[in-house]
This record gives sequence, structure tokens and C-alpha cells, in this order.
Amino acid sequence: MLGRTAQNLFWLSRYVERAENMARLLEVGYKMSLTSRREGGEAEHLISMMQAAEVDEAFEATGRIADVDTVAHFMVFDEGNPSSVKSCLMAARTNARSVRTAITIDMWQSLNAAWLEFSQIKPRDVRGAKLLGLLQWVRQRSHEFRGALLGTILRNDGYAFSQAGNFVERADNTARILDMKYFVLLPRADLVGGDLDIQQWTLILRAASAHRSYRHVYHDRYKARNIADFLILRPEMPRSLVFCARMLNQTLESLADIYGKRLDCHDVVADLCAMVENTTMDEVFGKGLHEFLTEFVARNNRVTECLSESYNFY
Amino acid sequence: MGDTAPFDEMYDADGTVREPYRALAQWIDEQPEKALSLMQADAEGIFRRLGITFAVYGSDEGTEKLIPFDVIPRIISATEWRRLSKGIEQRVRALNAFLYDVYHRQEILKAGRIPEKLIVNNAAFCPDMMGVDPAKGVYSHIIGVDIVRVGPDEFYVLEDNLRTPSGVSYMLEDREAMMQLAPDLFQRIKVAPVETYPENLRRTLESVAPANVAGTPTIVVLTPGIHNSAYFEHSFLADQMGAQLCEGQDLFVDGGKVYMRTTTGPERVDVIYRRIDDDFLDPLTFRPDSMLGVPGLFNAYRAGNVTLVNAPGTGIADDKAVYTYVPQIIEFYLGEKSILSNVPTYNCTDEDQRAYVLEHIGELVVKEVHGSGGYGMLVGPTSTKAQQAEFKKKIEARPDNYIVQPTLALSTCPTYVNSGIAPRHVDLRPYVLVGDKVRITPGGLTRVALTKGSLVVNSSQGGGTKDTWVLED
Repeated sequence: MLGRTAQNLFWLSRYVERAENMARLLEVGYKMSLTSRREGGEAEHLISMMQAAEVDEAFEATGRIADVDTVAHFMVFDEGNPSSVKSCLMAARTNARSVRTAITIDMWQSLNAAWLEFSQIKPRDVRGAKLLGLLQWVRQRSHEFRGALLGTILRNDGYAFSQAGNFVERADNTARILDMKYFVLLPRADLVGGDLDIQQWTLILRAASAHRSYRHVYHDRYKARNIADFLILRPEMPRSLVFCARMLNQTLESLADIYGKRLDCHDVVADLCAMVENTTMDEVFGKGLHEFLTEFVARNNRVTECLSESYNFY
Repeated sequence: MGDTAPFDEMYDADGTVREPYRALAQWIDEQPEKALSLMQADAEGIFRRLGITFAVYGSDEGTEKLIPFDVIPRIISATEWRRLSKGIEQRVRALNAFLYDVYHRQEILKAGRIPEKLIVNNAAFCPDMMGVDPAKGVYSHIIGVDIVRVGPDEFYVLEDNLRTPSGVSYMLEDREAMMQLAPDLFQRIKVAPVETYPENLRRTLESVAPANVAGTPTIVVLTPGIHNSAYFEHSFLADQMGAQLCEGQDLFVDGGKVYMRTTTGPERVDVIYRRIDDDFLDPLTFRPDSMLGVPGLFNAYRAGNVTLVNAPGTGIADDKAVYTYVPQIIEFYLGEKSILSNVPTYNCTDEDQRAYVLEHIGELVVKEVHGSGGYGMLVGPTSTKAQQAEFKKKIEARPDNYIVQPTLALSTCPTYVNSGIAPRHVDLRPYVLVGDKVRITPGGLTRVALTKGSLVVNSSQGGGTKDTWVLED
């Protein structure tokens, strides 16, 4: 397989995952802004959501005032925002076009149809219920693409590079959401547990599609410690750091099998995995939640770099 | 030719249905009202989802468009096809022999059958190819011959397209769409398959691999990239053949051999089906500013370490000025009379002929010698006085830059348009593969001018396509 093809497959999956994550974050931010009864609360929630998406500075640079309409437009339609749904879908489709021969017809059709439908939408028509409908649609399209991928792609190196992209992006997303809100997840927050904390916790869980599954796992009210545990160390939670790291590790192991060779990237991923596997929440808090997450994000970034070096992305 | 109504492929002048179209005509009659318009709408959905698009240069509405597809197939009888394919095979054999000759001993020039300066001073002549011996002596492996029909037995070759003809993916996708839209029609009518093309392409490419390749040769398709108007086709063909789709940056030359950059390091490449023009192939030999090509590729080719398909320099054999000599070329190399006719062509460098052309420009078709895609062309009968005046000036300024032909009354074929079913002009591009043998896919791409009365079938000028059926005996 061409190094460029491997790279395109990796980023194709990353962008589809990112589009989904951005849609989910905006939905959360939007709903929270609706429930705010305080003066200025609406903007506060939206900005805090954009911080978790790491696009707050880019938004500020547009010079616009944060309200539901401007933020929604920025997150969904703004091509100047490299993480907007539109930018992600465009980038995903461009990558897919470059590797048409390495993806299946079902994968291509799913992406192509998503892009064609999306480009028919006029931004000014998307408000209120329509916005929520659109965000749901984005998530569904991402699921459909993943379904097409899992159902049709050959289990070869191309599959491995796609999966690697998917889980690097997801791990990054979950780690960032946690880190932006780490202060409400510290054990002392449980002692306070005011309305504001509850709202923040809800945001975190919803942003990871985890607010329902939380109850199934913990049978308990929202607690900061549980939430952090759920999204970092729970192997059954498909967006947790440990889940993503394990999937990455498995994926890279399969590449080592296919190519019959272990490379630097294998050690880097094994380290990333060990970081979340051989630890407890006590240790994480002992080390400092923020410090832990920062290190995780850095190591996760290192995975991308190492993959590029080991497999000749260019 | 002339003022009579053009030949219609489905209906005789008295309105009776011609034999090859009988089953189709009956099927159309049986369709409930609206059935065809529903089919037409379905077809658009199918093509859009497949992502079959092309780019129109100079278009503002984004870069991707669909080529309109017409749901009424164009039919060629088995007898008609036998004659066509014989004529086509004869042409491509002769033209490959001609290419070998002009890049070696130039016997045809020495014999005075073609003026020497027409060849050696021609921009399409590639001096770097002198003395190069391509595998199996084949220069043009993949050919799309443009043919028009003007009567029951009158076929003319318009152009030979020996460089990098496009459109074959539409031939394949049109068939696929047609089978999805009207499977019952295929039960009634025995149509020769076109689905063999990708496998035959692969076999052709394998057969011209360098002689020293052990085992199965590694084949790649070289594309300029996703912004090229035919990118869909490049990826489609690579996919169908199981070949790697490469851009210039994916390949490199080391020690006179070509490699691609893979996830596990360099991998040797044996055959390159390139969809990049000669000029851009290798910045060290041709245009130095080319970002699309591979430095050193031509030397690797000359050393016989890789096969380029088609060979550089094939343009000299499909140059519009050389075109007029094809009957002589066939006779010179094969000792045969040409089976398919050339369109009579006026040579503007000849004073008498030029005078006639300038006088009658309103009845003639003027083409730029190196133009393609319907750009830089004048169709006399549908042009304005101003356009005619402009082309007269151009011809006077550079008579050697234009060829002029009578306006052919291209045959028409029933086509589904807004007002129902109406005749529209069509042409035909069968696809030919030349390797260890000549393989011609029965059928080809039928292009149809969707505007009433228009004779310009190019997709860039509002043309559409039809599925093309060759009937089996």
C-alpha cells in the first residue's frame, strides 16, 4: 500500500469521527444554553463548549458575539473553522476521493451521499429544531460510514490505518473534554455538588454520549469521581481513554502481524496503553488529573507522528 | 451529407422500425406513461451516488458535474459491428506500425508517401523517442476511435485518439446503470458484454511488461490527481484492475528503475498506465516545471526497465494533419485498402482549397489541429457571422493550424428529452486494447448532443451519453 494511501485512510477516519464529535458537542452546548436562566449564561455555556472543542480561540478571532446562531454557524458551516462539520466532511470526502481504490463502494457512497445532502442545506434555514435535526443527522451519517467500513472493508493494512485514525481522534476528543472541565471533576467537587456542577457533569457525559450508560454502570447519582473513572478507566465504555488506547494497541499489533515487523510506533502505543491500563483513579488524582490528561494527549499525538514515520506517510 | 434528413438509427425514412431496434421499440411501446421519465430520474440518482462526475474547465459552479445519461440505448447489429471492428483493428495495427517506423528508419517518409516536414516539424513528434524500442513494438495500447455514421452502411472515422483517450468508465457505468434500470430489457435482447474491459485491460498491460520481469508485473495507474477532470475514471480503472492508483509524488526513479513509496518501503513498478500528458511525464526530459510527473522516468523507460502506456510521442499518429494520410498509411504497412473511411478533409495550406474553405465557411466544420474536447472549433451551419469572420482571420493567419471538413449529417438516435422521445445526433467511441493481440470491446461510448439539431457531442459542451449495445447473433 502506498504511504500516501495509508495516510489518507488514517485522516479520512479521523475527520468523520471529528465531525461526529463536533456535532455532539454543539448539541450539548446548545441545549445547555437554552436552560440557562442567568444573564449572560447562554454565551457562557456556548463558550465553554467551544473550549472543550478547542475552537474557542478561532471563534474569538471571527470577532462575532457568541450566541446560538453565530456559534452554530461557526461550528457547522464555517469553512474558516477547520473543525467545523463542513470542513470535516469536505476533508473526509477529499481524502476518500484520493483513495477511492482503497475504500469500498459502500464507504464511498455513504460519504458522498452525506456530502451531497449536506451541501444542499442552506445555513439560514437551520435554526432551533432544524439545527438539532441536522446535528443528529451528522451523527447518524458518521455511524453509517463506520457501519459501511466495518461491514465491507478487507481486514488488511487499510483497515488498520482507518481504525488507528478513528481511535486516535476519539481518544483525543475524550481527553480534551475531560481536561477542559477537569476542575469540576476533582474529588472536592463532590463535596459541593451544586447545580452548576451538575450542569457541567451533564455536559461532559452527554458530550461523550455517556449520560445514559453512566447509570447502567454505576447505578448512582452523578459523582465527579465516577465520571472521571467512566471516561478514563472503564474498558466497557467505547469512548473511554482505556478503550481507545486498547483498540489502538490491537490495531497496531495487527499491522505488525501483517507486515511481519515491529516498529517505533508499537512501543509508543504500548506505553499509551500502559498509562491507562495499569493505574487507578487514586493514582490519577494523586498525580494530578490535569497533568495526567496533558500527558495522555501528548502521547496520543506522538502516536500520529510515529505512525507517519514508521509507515512512510507523506 | 447534404440537405436531406439525417439517417436515424431506429426509424427508416418511412417510419418503420429498423431491424436491430425492433425489440427495443416494442418494449418502449409497452411502457406505461411516465415510466421513462421515472427511469431518467432514477438514473440521475444512481450516477450521483456513484460519484461519477467530471470537471468542466472554466465552469464557476464548482468542479464536479454529472454527464447526462440517456435511458434509451443505442443499438448496433452484429453484422454492422463485425465490419466496424475489422476496420478498427486494421487502423490500429497500421498506426502502430507507422509509429514504429517514424521513430526508427522512417521508411514512409523516404518513400515520399507523407511529406517529411509534416512529421519532423510537427509539435506532436517526439525526437526523444527516436530509436526507443517499446515492449512488443506497441506504442499506442489504449485507443478510443471516434466514429460517426451518416447512412445505413456509411461510417467515418473522425479521430483516432491514440494518446490517452478517456470515457471508458462511462461505457462501463452506463451499462451497469442500464442493467439496474431495465433488467427486463436484457432478458429480451441479447447484448454483447462490455464488463470484460477491465480484465482485458489488465491482460493487455501485463502482456507489454518489460521482458525481464519475473512473475506477475506490478501495474500502476498514474493520475495527475483528484482535480483532474477524468480523476473518477483513473480511480475507477485502477480499482477494477486491482492496480495501485499513483500520483507523481508516489513514484521515484533510482538506478534507472521505477519504485513506488509504500508503507513498507520502495516497491518496484513494471507497467505504468499513465493518464498524464507527455509534456508532464518527466521534468528532466520534458517540461521542467511539471509537478505531476516523475523525474528520471523517461530514462528508466528508454532503458527498458518500465513500460509506459501509451508510449510518449503517439500523438504524431493522431495529429489532425497526419489524419488525412491514414488511408495511405494502411496501404503502406498492411498492403490493404482501408475498411473505414476518413472524413474528406481540406488542407488550408493549399491555396485553392483554402479559397474554397473561406468562401464556404458557413457550411464547414473548422478544427484546430491540436484542439480537443470541442474547444477551439467552429461548426459552420450553427455559427454566427461574427464567429465565422473570426475563424476566417485565424485560418488566414495560420493555415497550417486548422483542418476543415464538411459538416457531416451525424446519424440520430431516439433520446429521452423534456418533450418526450426525440431524435438527437450521436457519435461512437469504441475502445481498443493493443498488446499481445488486439482486443476490441463490443460497444463503446455513444455520445449524444442533447440540444435539438446540435452536432457537438462533447460532454464539456452539453453532450450526454447512452449505453451502446452490440447485438449478439
